[in-house]
Amino acid sequence: MAASILRRSLLIPRCRAGDVAALHSGPSRRRAQAPEPIASGRRAGNCPAGERGVAPWVAVVGLEIHAQISSNSKLFSGSQVQFAAPPNSLVSFFDASLPGTLPALNRRCVEAAVMTGLALNCSINKKSLFDRKHYFYADLPAGYQITQQRLPVAVNGSLSYSLCVGGKKNQMVTRTVRIKQIQLEQDSGKSLHDDIRSQTLIDLNRAGVGLMEVVMEPDMSSGEEAAAAVRELQLILQTLGSSQAIMAEGQLRVDANVSVHHPGEAYGVRTEVKNINSARFLARAIDYEIQRQIKELENGGTVMNETRAFDYKLGCTIPMRDKEGKQDYRFMPEPNLPPLILYDTKSLPANTNHQQVVNIDWIRERLPDLPSVRRVKLVEQYGILPEHSFTLLNEDGLMEFFENVVRQTQMNPKKVIGWILNDMLGYLKQYNLKVKESPVSSLFLADLLNLLERGTISSSAANQVLEELWKGEGKTPLQIVKEKKLGLIQDQQELEQICQAVMEGHQEEVMEIKKGNQKVLNKLIGLVQRTTRGRADPVLVKQILEKRLSQ
Amino acid sequence: MRKSGGGRMWSLRFGRSIRGSPSGGASHWGGLSPGSRFTQAAAGGSDGRQEAAGDPRRRGRVYQNPTWQHVEQRPLPEKKVTVEVLDHLERLALVDFRNWEGVQRLEKAIQFADQLHAVNTEGVEPMDSVLEDRCLYLREDNITEGNCTEELLRNARETVEEYFIAPPGNIPLPKLEERDTFLQVSE
Repeated sequence: MAASILRRSLLIPRCRAGDVAALHSGPSRRRAQAPEPIASGRRAGNCPAGERGVAPWVAVVGLEIHAQISSNSKLFSGSQVQFAAPPNSLVSFFDASLPGTLPALNRRCVEAAVMTGLALNCSINKKSLFDRKHYFYADLPAGYQITQQRLPVAVNGSLSYSLCVGGKKNQMVTRTVRIKQIQLEQDSGKSLHDDIRSQTLIDLNRAGVGLMEVVMEPDMSSGEEAAAAVRELQLILQTLGSSQAIMAEGQLRVDANVSVHHPGEAYGVRTEVKNINSARFLARAIDYEIQRQIKELENGGTVMNETRAFDYKLGCTIPMRDKEGKQDYRFMPEPNLPPLILYDTKSLPANTNHQQVVNIDWIRERLPDLPSVRRVKLVEQYGILPEHSFTLLNEDGLMEFFENVVRQTQMNPKKVIGWILNDMLGYLKQYNLKVKESPVSSLFLADLLNLLERGTISSSAANQVLEELWKGEGKTPLQIVKEKKLGLIQDQQELEQICQAVMEGHQEEVMEIKKGNQKVLNKLIGLVQRTTRGRADPVLVKQILEKRLSQ
Repeated sequence: MRKSGGGRMWSLRFGRSIRGSPSGGASHWGGLSPGSRFTQAAAGGSDGRQEAAGDPRRRGRVYQNPTWQHVEQRPLPEKKVTVEVLDHLERLALVDFRNWEGVQRLEKAIQFADQLHAVNTEGVEPMDSVLEDRCLYLREDNITEGNCTEELLRNARETVEEYFIAPPGNIPLPKLEERDTFLQVSE
C-alpha cells in the first residue's frame, strides 16, 4: 500500500532535487525490473547488489507508540480529558504542578493498560513501579514526567500484522513484531510556537492525560511494514476501547527509530523520526529516512544519532533544533507512589474492596474479539476471501454494513462482498464519506440486490440505480427503477419488435452471421441493448435473434 | 558489623535498617506492631543487649544508652571530580560553580554522602520510599477537578488569551570552549 502511495504522491520539489529523485527512483525503478526474489516488503530498504555496484542495504525500524488512554479523567488527577476545550480549562492544581499536590492513580487507566497487554500477548507484571523522568521543557511544568521505566505493567508480547506483497500486491503474508513493554505514563502539555513574537504559548489541558507507551523491538525493515503494524495496533486498541487511537487528534503518536546496515555487519547508527501525524506519512517518513541514510553512507558521510522531525509538506525529515546532545533523564523512583500491585483470581486476598483491586483474570474474561479473530469468523461464516475480511475491518463500520446487507438480502454473501468492496467503497472514497455518513443505507442496498437477484433488473441497470441512490435524494430503489423505467423488458413481443428493427437496420451483419460468423451476433445483441438502454434481458434477446437468423 | 571507634560515623549495632517506630502507638507502616521488632531482636540475643528490651515496663521506650558506634570515615578515592562531570552538571542543573571553592564544597558533599557505604546492606532490598508496604490507592474515573483557569493564570507573570507564555524552546548552554567559565582555565 505504501509503495503505491509513494507513486501517487506529489512531492513538492522544494526538497533538494537529489532527495526527491532518490525517493522516486527507488521504488518505481524496481517496479520496472523483474520482481525481487526476496518476497518481503523491503522495497524501500533494499537495493539489489547489481543496481549500483554496492553491497545491499538492510533497514531496521523500531517503533515507540504513545496511545492516549480513553478515560474520563486524567491519569493522576481528576480533571477531564477532552480534545478541544478552552485553553487551560481542564487543568487541576496537580497538573499545573503547584506545590503540595500529590498524584492519585486512575483505576480505569490501569485496566486499559492491562487489557492492551493481554491483547498483545504480554506477561503482566503483578508488581510494577513508577519512576520520574526529568527533563526541562515549558510544557512539562513539574520538570519531570511520571513514567514506568524500571518495571512496567506488561512486557514481552507480540503483535501480528499482515501486508500485501508480491508484484501485484495480491499475496498476503503475516509478520510478527515483538513488543518489548507497555507502560503507563503522563502526557505533557501542548506548546504553540509563536516565532513572530519569539515566544511559546503553553496549554496544559493535555498535561497529565494517561498514555500507554508501547515499545516495539526493531523487527521491521520498511515503512510499509511499520504502517501495517501501526494500523493493526490501532484496530486492536479501538476494538478493546482502551484508546480511540485517532492519529489526527494526536491520540496515537508514533516515533520511529531508523537505521541501515549491510547484512551480516553490525547495526548502524539510528536516528529518531518524530512528528508523524498519520499512517500515510509514517510510511513515507520512514522510507525517506532510510533513503537519506543510505545516500549519506554511500557518499562517504556518517549518520548522526539525532532526532529528526518529519515535514509532511516537503516530504522530508529535518533535524530538530531543540533536541541537541544526549539527554540525561536522571531516572529516580517516584517517591509519592507505592508499587502498583495487580491480582489474579489465585492471588486475590479475601475481603478486599473491589474498587481497590484490579483482577487480571476478570479483565481477560471480558476481552472482546480481537480483529484477527473477527476476520477468521467472517471468512468462515460468509465464505469470503481473507483479503476481503481485511478491507472490511479496515474501514470503520463497513463490517456491520456488510452483515446488515447480507441479513436482508437473498444474494450470496460472496456476491454481496463484490458490491460492497468495489461499488460502495468506491463511492465512499469518491464522495469522501465515512460508512456511517453514507446516503445509501444497508436496507436500500439490500433491496437493490434483491431486485437484481430476482431478475427484475439487469446488473448494468443496478449500477445505474446505485448511482442514483448515491445522490441521496431519499428514493427507494424500486421508485428509481419505476421512474427511470429500468426494469428488464421481458415482454416477448416488445423484444421481437426491437430485434426486428435492429436486424433490418444492419443487413450486413445479418449476412455475416448467416455465413457462419457467430461473433457478430454479440454485436447485434449489443445494439439491441443500446436501443433499450440496457433493459433487455440478454438471454431472451439472444434466443430471439438466433431464432430469427436461422429462419 | 563494624566495631572500630573514632571518626564521625555512627553505625547501627545490628547492621540492619530499622523499621517501625520505637515509641508507642500504632504504627501505620506495613502493619508492624509497636516495639515488636525490638523486643524480638533483643530477645534473640547477641552481644551487649540493653536491659530495656526484656523489661515489660520499658518495652518500646527510648534506650538509655546509645546503640550507635563510631566508624572510621573513608577518604574519597584519588579520582576527583573531573571537568567533564562538572560541565555536565552545569549543563543539566544550570548551576554555576563559579570558582574552585564551589567545586570543593561539592567534593565535601560527596564525601559526606559516601559514608553510607560503611553500612552493610548485603541481602537487604533497596527501599524506594517509606510507602513501599502501603496499598496504592486507585481512584475512580470521575471528573472532580478543573475549570480554574483564572486562578492558575494568576500565578503567571505574562499570559496571552488564557495561555501561559514561555520563551521559545530550550536554549542550550554553549559548549565548554565557548562559555565564559572558570572551568576552561583548569584545562
